[in-house]
Amino acid sequence: MNNPLFGRDVVSIGDLSKADIEFIVERAAALKRSGPQPLLKDRLIASCFFEASTRTRLSFETAVQRLGGTLIGFSDSGNTSTKKGETLSDSIRMIAGYADAIIMRHPREGSARLAAEVADVPVINGGDGANQHPTQTLLDLFSIAECQGRLSGLSVALVGDLKYGRTVHSLAQALGHFKPHFYFVAPKALAMPAYIEDSLRAAGISFEYVDSLDQVIPLVDILYMTRVQKERFDPTEYMHLASQFVLRPDMLKSAQPGMRVMHPLPRVDEIHPAVDRTDHAYYFQQAENGVYARQALLSLVMNETVLEPAGGAA
Amino acid sequence: MSEQTREKMLVEAIHNGTVIDHIPAGKGLTILGRLQLKNAEARLTVGLNLPSHGGGMKDLIKVDDWRFTEHDAAELALFAPKATVNIIEDYRVVRKFPIGLPEAFVGVFACPNANCITHVEPVESHFAVVTGESLQLRCHYCERAFADTLFIEAKV
Repeated sequence: MNNPLFGRDVVSIGDLSKADIEFIVERAAALKRSGPQPLLKDRLIASCFFEASTRTRLSFETAVQRLGGTLIGFSDSGNTSTKKGETLSDSIRMIAGYADAIIMRHPREGSARLAAEVADVPVINGGDGANQHPTQTLLDLFSIAECQGRLSGLSVALVGDLKYGRTVHSLAQALGHFKPHFYFVAPKALAMPAYIEDSLRAAGISFEYVDSLDQVIPLVDILYMTRVQKERFDPTEYMHLASQFVLRPDMLKSAQPGMRVMHPLPRVDEIHPAVDRTDHAYYFQQAENGVYARQALLSLVMNETVLEPAGGAA
Repeated sequence: MSEQTREKMLVEAIHNGTVIDHIPAGKGLTILGRLQLKNAEARLTVGLNLPSHGGGMKDLIKVDDWRFTEHDAAELALFAPKATVNIIEDYRVVRKFPIGLPEAFVGVFACPNANCITHVEPVESHFAVVTGESLQLRCHYCERAFADTLFIEAKV
């Protein structure tokens, strides 16, 4: 089977075509069904976290180990040569000489693109500052496909911090391949940036702003919540906003039965814990799916031939 | 001296080098500054608010002993997109071309995003030119797009 992902860097969600995304989502589903496969046997992966991250790092490292690969790396830059003043370019050149692929997170925007240019092994971006986090988007898309049975033609509400949230920007961009209708629910100060709105318009994607969660809940297949950061508002303003953008279980009565609530986590107060017990809550499955989405991506980047996982693919 | 001769003199009065003509009036000093950044020893002569063919005014810069390539000229495209470049040899115009907007600017502008990796690594800045309703430069590294005015107004 032709594998268009083999040997590729994955720096930005924009690097992936619609077909690439569908391929990765199908592989993630197949790997979830089949259980662990030795698709990274005898491969050494460098996990380079120049900035600490619990969920992303553990999820990537679980994915590598479940596929039989081995890991080297570090979980923050505190004990690395970066402290001695080594450039990122030099660090990456060196690590590329040791490992078969590099997973990296770095606090500066553009770091992953630079690393991909200097490394002669594939680089997978686990987050570069406020810019891109493509595997979060892949796991979001896999989760949406899993709970809705499709990616095309869905109604999706993006809620919370739409201005600074790279997660919602990338998700809007990637879902744009699949003719969605978006509802944006955000405080005015945290509305979607004009450049994202422009790109959606240019792609012919329909979207509208809705004032409250209550209004949007009956209309959507996916309610994608994000955290509104307290530090962006004064305490009184935050309290007021919290009442508008917090999801409580009673609000879900008007939801369609198949509607699912997603969140990139960590959540703070925007989803009441009692929502966890409803059939609509999907954020913990979503977090677990991070492992399958990353397994799918790593196995495709590292293997020229796509082996059907035992248990059969879709 | 006739108007025609005077115009001819403005363009051809250097032995060898480049004359950048039809710079929008007011942009001459900005371009002068950028040329000095590229080559601090270049011998430059500037004319400001000169009469333009179609009426109105223009600025003009003569650069001795430096024959511009299209690449040299393209760097000035944001500031003077309608300017023309005249290559001079032995007091004669031997080549003339318009300044065209390039597909990318490499190593020309610093990225306005202070947290972009290009500020701390030994790598040239790289912007793709995005033409739409308004002109934008999109950083190849941090992927942010900035209005062209941000670069035009920045100090050189």
